[in-house]
Amino acid sequence: MSAFKSLRVRLSQGTQYITDLRKAVPSGFRGRPAIGSAPCPVDCSACVDACPTAAIRLAPVALDLGRCVFCSACVEVCPKDKIAFTTEPKMGAAARDDLVVLEGKSPATAVKASAAFAKIFGRSLKLRQVSAGGCNACELELNAVANVNFDLQRFGIEWVASPRHADALVLTGPLTRNMQDAVRLAWDAMPEPRFVVAVGACAISGGLYDGASGVARELPGGMGPALLVPGCPPHPLTFVNAILGFLGVE
Amino acid sequence: MSTSGILHRVALGELPLLETKPWRDALRKNLLEGKRLVTLFGRRTDERVWITAVLQAPDRSLLVSRTEVTVAVGYHELTTDIAALHCFERELHEQTGVRVAAHPWLKPIRYEGNAPAMSEFPFYKIEGKEVHEVAVGPIHAGVIEPGSFRFMCLGEQVHHLEIQLGYQHRGVERRLLEGPPTRLSPLVETIAGDTSVAHAWAYAAAVESLGESELDTEVEMARAVALELERVAMHLSTLSGMAADIGFLQGASTYGRLRTTAINTTMRLCGSRFGRGAIRPGGIGMKLPADLLIDLRANLELLRRDLPIINECFLASQTVQHRLREVGVLTARQAAELGLVGVPARASGLPLDVRIGMKEGAYKVLPIGMASSSHGDCWARARVRIDEMDASLEWISTVIALFPNWNHPRKPLRALVPNHLVVSVVEGFRGEVVHCLETGEAGELVHYKVQDPSLRNWMGLAIAVRENEISDFPICNKSFDLSYCGNDL
Repeated sequence: MSAFKSLRVRLSQGTQYITDLRKAVPSGFRGRPAIGSAPCPVDCSACVDACPTAAIRLAPVALDLGRCVFCSACVEVCPKDKIAFTTEPKMGAAARDDLVVLEGKSPATAVKASAAFAKIFGRSLKLRQVSAGGCNACELELNAVANVNFDLQRFGIEWVASPRHADALVLTGPLTRNMQDAVRLAWDAMPEPRFVVAVGACAISGGLYDGASGVARELPGGMGPALLVPGCPPHPLTFVNAILGFLGVE
Repeated sequence: MSTSGILHRVALGELPLLETKPWRDALRKNLLEGKRLVTLFGRRTDERVWITAVLQAPDRSLLVSRTEVTVAVGYHELTTDIAALHCFERELHEQTGVRVAAHPWLKPIRYEGNAPAMSEFPFYKIEGKEVHEVAVGPIHAGVIEPGSFRFMCLGEQVHHLEIQLGYQHRGVERRLLEGPPTRLSPLVETIAGDTSVAHAWAYAAAVESLGESELDTEVEMARAVALELERVAMHLSTLSGMAADIGFLQGASTYGRLRTTAINTTMRLCGSRFGRGAIRPGGIGMKLPADLLIDLRANLELLRRDLPIINECFLASQTVQHRLREVGVLTARQAAELGLVGVPARASGLPLDVRIGMKEGAYKVLPIGMASSSHGDCWARARVRIDEMDASLEWISTVIALFPNWNHPRKPLRALVPNHLVVSVVEGFRGEVVHCLETGEAGELVHYKVQDPSLRNWMGLAIAVRENEISDFPICNKSFDLSYCGNDL
C-alpha cells in the first residue's frame, strides 16, 4: 500500500533536473540590467535619486551590480527608457570592477576562469555557508542550488556542515556586528587553501544596509572575496554559473 | 482606504495620553479579561518614553492606548501576570532603556548597539549530577541563519531550552526612518526575505492609509494572490525541510520540487521568486497578460494535482506519523498564555487568522477557510500547513478566474497626514506581521515599529521541546520554521 503511494509520487515527480545549467534562462526573472546609449536629458538624475542603494552613477550611466537590489525603481523613473532588466542570470565576477554595467556596452556574461583555483578546486569544491544578517532569501536560493532542479552536486560541488570540511566560505548578509566573532571563528577553522565567496548585494557592498547601525563590515585580512555573486537574492543559476565559470568547469 | 488586513489609524490628538498607573491597570484588566495583545512598543525622546499598547478585542476591533513615562521611573512590569508580554517588555527596555520594574527576565531580544554584550547575559544553568548542556550555534550545520540554542538535558531528555538570538541584527527600524517614507519597499522586503510580500503589504497599506490612497478591488485581489503564493511556497519549504529532518527523502525532494513551481509562478508575475516588487505603495508591480494567465493556471493545476499525491504518501507513512505525532506538543492554554500567533497558534487550537471574518478587502470579496488542529504537536503544525496550502491554491484559482484584469496604474500618494499613528496587520505565512507607523508635525515618519510573528513564537518552540528527546529538536524547530532576521531586525 505504502509502496504504491510512493510509486505514485515518483511518477508525478518525473525528471526535474535542468540538463544544461549554463544555457538555462529563468522565465520572467529580473536579471542583469542593460543600459542603452540614448543620451540622458540635461540635468536629469532621476535614476540616481530613485536608487535605494546608490548603485548608479552618471556620465556615462553606470550601474553597480554589487549594490543593485533589482527593485527597478530606476527603470520606472527614466524618461528615456535607458535602463532595462533582462532575464540573464549570469552576473558573477571575480573582480569588484567587473560588476559595473556601463551604458551602451554589451556586458560580459561569463566570470573569468581562474587557472589557479581551477587546478585545486575544479573537480571537488566543498562550501560552508554563513549568514551574517542575511534575510533568508539568499539562504533559500543557496539551498536551492542543491535541490532536484539545479543539482550542483553533479559537478562535485556540495554544501558541508562543518567549516573544517570546507574549501570556500559562502557569506551572505551585510555582516552584522553580532556575527563578527562567529564569522572569524568559522574562517579560522577552515583549512588552507580556502577562499571567500560573497553572495548578494548585502555581502558584496552592504547593499540596503551599508552603514546601518547593526552592521560592521571589517573582515580579517585574507577574507577578501575571490568571487562575487550579485543579486537580491541571486538566482540559483547566477550562483551556479559564477562558480562553474570561476572554476572553469566544462 | 481599504485593505485586506487589519488597518487602524488614529490621530494623535484623539489618542489620550494616560497617566502610567491607570494605563497599566487598564492594560492588565483588558488582557486578563480576554483581549489580546497585538503589540507594545516605546519611543524615546531625551528622558521621556511614550509607550503604546495595541490590543484586539474578541470582536476583532483594535484598541490603542498610550502613556508617557520617564526613563528612570518607568513602570511596574506585567510579564509576571501576563506571560505573553515578556518579549515586548524585554524589547521595550532594550530599545528605550526605560525601567521595567521587577521584570523577571530582562534579557535583550537582539543586542542592539554595543551594550550590553551577549556575555553579560549567561544562559540559565541547571545544576545536578545528571544534567548536561548542549550548546548549538550561532552557526548551524546547514545553509540557514544563525542563532544560539542551549539545551539543559537530563539524559536524552530536554529539560529546558534557552534560545538566544540577535546575531542577525542589522538595524532595520532605524534604517526605515532614514529613507523617503513612501519609497521604503525594497528595504521592507528584506525585513524577512521569505516574508517579503506580507511585510511589503503591511507597509504599503500603512502608508496608503497615511497618504489617503484608495485602491481598486482588482489590486487588492492581485496583492492577495501574491501573499497566498508566498504562503504556499513557504509552507512547501517547511514541509520539505520537515521531511528532510526525519529522513523522509521523497517528501524532501517532492515538496521542494513543488516549491520551485510556486516561486517560479511568483517570478513570472513580478520578476522575483520572493515576490520582490509585487507590492508597491499605491498599487502593484505585477502584470497578468493573457499568455501568463494561461501559464499561471497551468502551474496552479499542476500544484493541485501533484500536492495531494505527496500529501497522501507523507501523511500515511508510518515513519512520518511516528516522528511527528505527540512530539513537541504545545497546548492551547500554553499557546494563548505565550501569545502565539499564526501556524503554531492555529495548530494548538487558537482561532487566530487575520484573514478570517474581514469586513473589507480581498478576503471579504472571497472568504478563505481557516485551517486548525487541536493537537499542538509537530503533526498538527504540518497538517495546518497542508490544509492552508489547499485553501490558498483553491482561493488563488478562483480569484484569477474572477479578477484577471491587473492592469491598474499605480496611484500617487498624497503627502502623509501629520500627527497620526497607523497600525497595519497582514497574515503572513508564519502569522501576523505588524507594522506601526507614526507621523510627526510635518508628516515625516517619527517612529516605525516592525513586528514579525517570530518575535512571539520563538518562546513557543522553547516550551514545546521541553521533556522531548533532544534528537527531536530539529523536527520541532522546523515545524515552527521561525525567522531569525525577522526577530533580530
